[in-house]
Amino acid sequence: MRFIVSILIGGVTVLLIAIAWIQSGGLVRERMRSSRTPEEATRLLLTKVQSRSWDQAVSLLANASDVDKSAFAHDLGGSNGSLLTYASLEKFDVWPLRAIDRQATVRAKLHYSTAVGPLDDVRDFQVQQAGDAWRVLWPVTKLEKPAPQVMPVNYLRWDVINRGAEDDWGVQNVDSPQVRIVSMNALQRPDRVVILGEIVNEDTIPAYINVGATLLRADGNAMAQENSFDKISHTLLPKQVSPYRIDFPGIQLKDVKSVRMDAKSMLVPASADPVIEVNRQRLETDPLGKKVLRGELLNQSGQIVNIPHVLASYYDGSGKVVWVSDGYVDQELQPQIPVSFAVDLPDDIAPKVQSYHVTVNHYCINHAS
Amino acid sequence: MSIRALLTIFVVAMISRPLLAADLQVPANVVAGDDFTITSSNREGGTFYLIGPSQVGKRNAVSGSEINIPGDEIKNSGLYTALLCSGGDCASATFYVKPAAPAKLSLLVHPSRVRVAEPNAITAVALVFDRFHNLVTEPAQVEFQAIPGEGQAISQSRAASNGIAWIRLTSGKKEGPVKVGASVGPAKELRVVRQVASDACNLRIKPEWSSGKFYVSTDPVRDCSGNPVPDGTVISFTKTDRTGKTTVDAPVKRGIARVQMPIDGSARILVASGVVTGNELNVTGKQ
Repeated sequence: MRFIVSILIGGVTVLLIAIAWIQSGGLVRERMRSSRTPEEATRLLLTKVQSRSWDQAVSLLANASDVDKSAFAHDLGGSNGSLLTYASLEKFDVWPLRAIDRQATVRAKLHYSTAVGPLDDVRDFQVQQAGDAWRVLWPVTKLEKPAPQVMPVNYLRWDVINRGAEDDWGVQNVDSPQVRIVSMNALQRPDRVVILGEIVNEDTIPAYINVGATLLRADGNAMAQENSFDKISHTLLPKQVSPYRIDFPGIQLKDVKSVRMDAKSMLVPASADPVIEVNRQRLETDPLGKKVLRGELLNQSGQIVNIPHVLASYYDGSGKVVWVSDGYVDQELQPQIPVSFAVDLPDDIAPKVQSYHVTVNHYCINHAS
Repeated sequence: MSIRALLTIFVVAMISRPLLAADLQVPANVVAGDDFTITSSNREGGTFYLIGPSQVGKRNAVSGSEINIPGDEIKNSGLYTALLCSGGDCASATFYVKPAAPAKLSLLVHPSRVRVAEPNAITAVALVFDRFHNLVTEPAQVEFQAIPGEGQAISQSRAASNGIAWIRLTSGKKEGPVKVGASVGPAKELRVVRQVASDACNLRIKPEWSSGKFYVSTDPVRDCSGNPVPDGTVISFTKTDRTGKTTVDAPVKRGIARVQMPIDGSARILVASGVVTGNELNVTGKQ
């Protein structure tokens, strides 16, 4: 009887330990440590990326000797104050696409948590079998750097001297820039009302702008108030046009009688540099079947743009703005080195789009504009 | 009349109910900052009060028929009450202190920047004050003057009503600063309004090949009056070829905007500045 009780207690203890191990993610950890399948190999690699163990991650690659560690770390962890340096790989989803003999393709969706919100990156990994284990074959790239050179930059910069506190009240101050909303369109989306359009700086000086909208009920009372937040180029140089988008989640357009728009402008110091060229823009369907606008950014100036922010406005056949989308680029813009970008477009909007226009906001460590 | 003045009159009326047989004589015309004398029929002296819009003074009045008020005690224009009390009796007089001669101007000019050739776009408002910063409500002629960078100065006179005179001016046809001034008596103020070019007009682009690279540049960008648009004005170039679309927002530098664009096959290039569009360019890339 005593033996039975002892065995029973021992069995229960082992069972509890096993449950605790499983509960604490032991199975997942074990799966992460192994690379017996293409998915496991990809997960193992991404686990190392998640912990920013670049040496270990590179050592897991099938072509470890060919891969430049700094290029690998730059690709997945960022550098030079780019968005990825302010991000962490929160989680990832991995699923197989195809496998032929000892070669397989695995798709991974990387969910980054960044300073500007969540960022998703979908990548296809080539995985090959070596002995019993599978290993990811990393595309061999070299970290592009601009050649040493002197780039003369002589674009304008605007500085502002405002009226001082000690000046007489009649002393003239500098007026705020004149801006104008040139178009406005209200759309009903499945879960929200969206107000979008374009605004132009009509003045001869730079403007810091913000667009707000108030939805009014039939009785004239305000229903909701929002502003464009980061769906706008806040700093506009003279005669520059920016798209804007204001989202009102949980509101139905049928409940809205009218919209009161409010464009605020402020005079700020600004620089006309850097100029960013947006090349090879085209509408495509991405591997997940979504419509995206792709292109390349080329920084024409000599300073690094740490975080580029792409804003795209889409027009229908009559030239009306039908959608505005935006996206942060996770890599920095080195001078004269193209960096690709993609911003999404809702599937139901895509057939209406006849043309589009892309503008780029830039955030630099030394100054933001 | 302010509540304070009404209260003062009420208090004075209450105090001076058992009026002295004597009374106070104040000059008909009292000006801020000027000394003056109040004559009293009471020859025994007493306590003298001077209650003004922003101060109250008290002193012993020596026996005699005249009370001298120094200009320092009446710097603020407005309603004053003089009160002379002796024993249980008081005598009072209420008088108005007028502002002194115009000596200062506050000039408000709006806007600080204006497009060329805009009718009635510049507003200048002058407020006339004396040397103690009292608003001079007496009619005064204010001389407004507009002095362009080049050309003749224009001046016009306006009568100030209740201390305010104003004028509206049409901006000139040439860009550049214009000085807007106002003067009255010795007072003179000057402000600067910057006249700026209007929207670009006849925006034109042309192709350029240099060292095997393709450039697009504008002709000198001017408004419809021929003024060059300021440097920094953004010109948007849009190129469409078989590789897709390319857009560049380039600022005007030394009067023109110029960008380098890769060309693949034949390309269509458009140009715009704000809401103004320019010509279209069809080019073929060099093989």
